[in-house]
Amino acid sequence: MEPVRLIRSRTVVLPEADIDTDQIFPARFLTTTSGGGFADMLFADWRFDAAGRPKPEFALNRPEAAGCEILVAGPNFGCGSSREHAPWALRDYGFRAVISTSIADIFFSNALKNGLVPVRVDAGSHAWLVANPGAEVEVDVAAGEVRLPGGRAAPFQIDPFVRQCLLNGVDELGYLLSRLPAIEAWESRRGRSPLPLEGTFTFKR
Amino acid sequence: MSARTLFEKIWQAHEVLPETADTPAVIAVDLHLTHEVTSPQAFALLKSRGLRVRRPERTLATLDHAVPTDTAQVFGGAPIRLESAARQIGELERNAREYGFELLGLGDARRGIVHVIGPELGLTQPGMTIVCGDSHTSTHGAFGTFAFGIGSTEVAHVLATQCLLQRKPRTLAIAVDGVLAPGVGAKDLVLAIIGRIGVAGGARQAIEYRGATIRALSMEERMTVCNMSIEAGARAGMIAPDETTFAYLRGRPRAPAGEDFERAVERWRGLASDAGAVFDREVVFDAGSIEPMITYGTNPGMVMAIGGEIAAGDGGDAQALRYMGLEAGEKLLGRAVQVVFIGSCTNARLSDLRAAAAVLRGRQVAKGLRVLVVPGSQQVKRAAEAEGLDRVFVDAGAEWRESGCSMCVGINGDIARPGEYVVSTSNRNFEGRQGQGVRTLLASPVTAAAAAVTGRVTDPREFLD
Repeated sequence: MEPVRLIRSRTVVLPEADIDTDQIFPARFLTTTSGGGFADMLFADWRFDAAGRPKPEFALNRPEAAGCEILVAGPNFGCGSSREHAPWALRDYGFRAVISTSIADIFFSNALKNGLVPVRVDAGSHAWLVANPGAEVEVDVAAGEVRLPGGRAAPFQIDPFVRQCLLNGVDELGYLLSRLPAIEAWESRRGRSPLPLEGTFTFKR
Repeated sequence: MSARTLFEKIWQAHEVLPETADTPAVIAVDLHLTHEVTSPQAFALLKSRGLRVRRPERTLATLDHAVPTDTAQVFGGAPIRLESAARQIGELERNAREYGFELLGLGDARRGIVHVIGPELGLTQPGMTIVCGDSHTSTHGAFGTFAFGIGSTEVAHVLATQCLLQRKPRTLAIAVDGVLAPGVGAKDLVLAIIGRIGVAGGARQAIEYRGATIRALSMEERMTVCNMSIEAGARAGMIAPDETTFAYLRGRPRAPAGEDFERAVERWRGLASDAGAVFDREVVFDAGSIEPMITYGTNPGMVMAIGGEIAAGDGGDAQALRYMGLEAGEKLLGRAVQVVFIGSCTNARLSDLRAAAAVLRGRQVAKGLRVLVVPGSQQVKRAAEAEGLDRVFVDAGAEWRESGCSMCVGINGDIARPGEYVVSTSNRNFEGRQGQGVRTLLASPVTAAAAAVTGRVTDPREFLD
C-alpha cells in the first residue's frame, strides 16, 4: 500500500447524516468480481437521474468539485452494509480522506485497508467545514490534525497502529502473516485447554 | 478473577495476542461464513500473494445474495437470467474447489441465507467467534457468540490466518423486562430499541440483550433481535446461552453429539455474564409498552408505533420524507402499498412464515398487490411445505419462491418499481434498497401479512384471533 502522510485539497461537502453504503455504492452493482473501476458507480443514484444524466445540483456534479480529494460528510457516515465496494468507489473517484464527526465501524475499517483516511473531528470544526464547502484543508496523518484556512487546526484521534500503517504503507495482512508463529502457538495451547469448545466441530463433506 | 461479561469471556478466550496501546489484538476466528458477493475480491487478494486458505475446515460457503429465487433458474430448468450473478456463482464454485472449503451450492438442500443456515446446521455454537463478509453476521450473537460483519479485505485476512486484528469494543447492556403484547413480536421490539438509541447508538459497542423479555424469546426471535444490532451501528449483539439455546442446538447435524453435547452444555453454561459484571453503558426497556412498529423514513431509526403520526424531526428527516413521499404529522395507517416482501435473514425462519400464514390463511391478497414470500433457507422452505404453509401463501395469491436474500437487498433483480411502497420484513429501508426510487416500510411478519390482505398499512392486531 502507498504511504499516506499528508492530503491537501479543497473539500466537497455532503452534510446529510447517516449516509449509508447503499448510497455510496448501490447494491445493483454488487454482482461484480472486480475490486475496482467503480468511479462511475459512486453515489450513482444521487449523481444521475433515471436517464443517466448528471443531476447538476448534486455537490459532486458542480464544477468546483472536480479534483477534490477530501469529502466532508454528516455524522455516522458509511453505516449499513459491510460492502468494501464503498471505499473502493470513493478511492476510484479520487477521494483520499473522509471527514465527519463519526464514521461507522465497518466502513472505517474497510477505508483504512484502501488508503482512504477516515477522520473524526469535533463538532465545531465539522460545522465549520460543512459551512465552508470548497475550503482548502490539510489532513496531516503524522500530526493527527486537520488544518483549516486561517491557521485553525482540528486534532483528530488516530489509533497509533493505524497511523503507522498509513505513514509506512504497511498492509495489515502482511502484519497478521508476520504473527503466524504466535497464532500457531496459541492454537496448539488451546488444543490442550479445558475450554476447547469451539474446536470440536468438523465439516462433513 | 473479577466478574466478567459474556462478551469479555468470549473475547479473552480468543485473544491470540492482547491489544496494546500501539497494536490491536489478534483475535482467533472459529467460524468463517462466506458467500458469492463479497468473497471474489478476497480470493483475488490471496491469489495475488500466493497464499492458501489456512484452515479450510473453518470456512463454510453458500450462495444467497445474488442468486435467483425463481425455481427454474435455481434448479437448472432455465439459465440464470442475471449473467453477472451467474459469473459470481461460478467463481465461488471454482474457489471452493481450488482452496478446498465446503460450499453448499445452488442445488443443495441445505443452502440458504448465510445467517439462517449457520444456526440451522448447528454450526453456530455458544462461545464462538464468527465472522462473515456481511453486516448481519450479528444474527449469530443470539447463541452467545461474538459475531460481526467484515469487509472483503478482512475476509482475506481470515482465509489466510484464521485471525483478525481488532480493537476491543465497549459493552452496552440492553435490559428488557415486561411481556410483549399480542400482535407484538421480536421485530417490533428491536425496531423500538433502534428508535430509542438511534442508528449510531451502538457504535463501537458490543450489545448484550438481557432481562426477562429476552429470556422468554425463542431462538428464532432472538436471532431477529441480534440481526438488527448493526442497524443501531453496533459491532455485535449477543444473548447469553440458556436452556432455550441448548434445546435448539441438540441434535443439529453439526452440533456436538451424545456425551460431547452434554460436556459442551456444561461449558456453555459458564458463558453468561457474571453477577456484578460491569458494562460500559446500560439501557432499560419496558417491553409491555411496545406496539407493532413501522418505519416511515430512510433508516431503521425513523420508526413509530403503527398507529402513530410521523414526527416533524430535523432537516435530515425532511429529506427522507421527500424521498418517501410522506409528510410530517401524517399517519401511515391506511396508506396503500403495492408490494409486500416476507423474507430476509431478519424474518424468514419457520416461525416467521407461520405467523404470516396465520394471518393469510383463508384470506386473499388484495387486488393488484404483489406479495413475495422467500424462505430463509431451503430447509425452512421444506419444513414450511411439510405443514402446508406454501398452500396458504399460494392459495392467497402470494408468490412462494426459493430461498435467498432476494428483495431485502435487490441484487438478484427481485426489486419493486420506482415510487412503490413495500411493506417489508427485512432490515433496511435505505433509499433504493429495494430498487431505485422504491419506498420501504419495515415491519414484522404479521404486519406485512396484514398489509398483504388489505393492500394498506394495517394494524396486525385487527387480525388476531
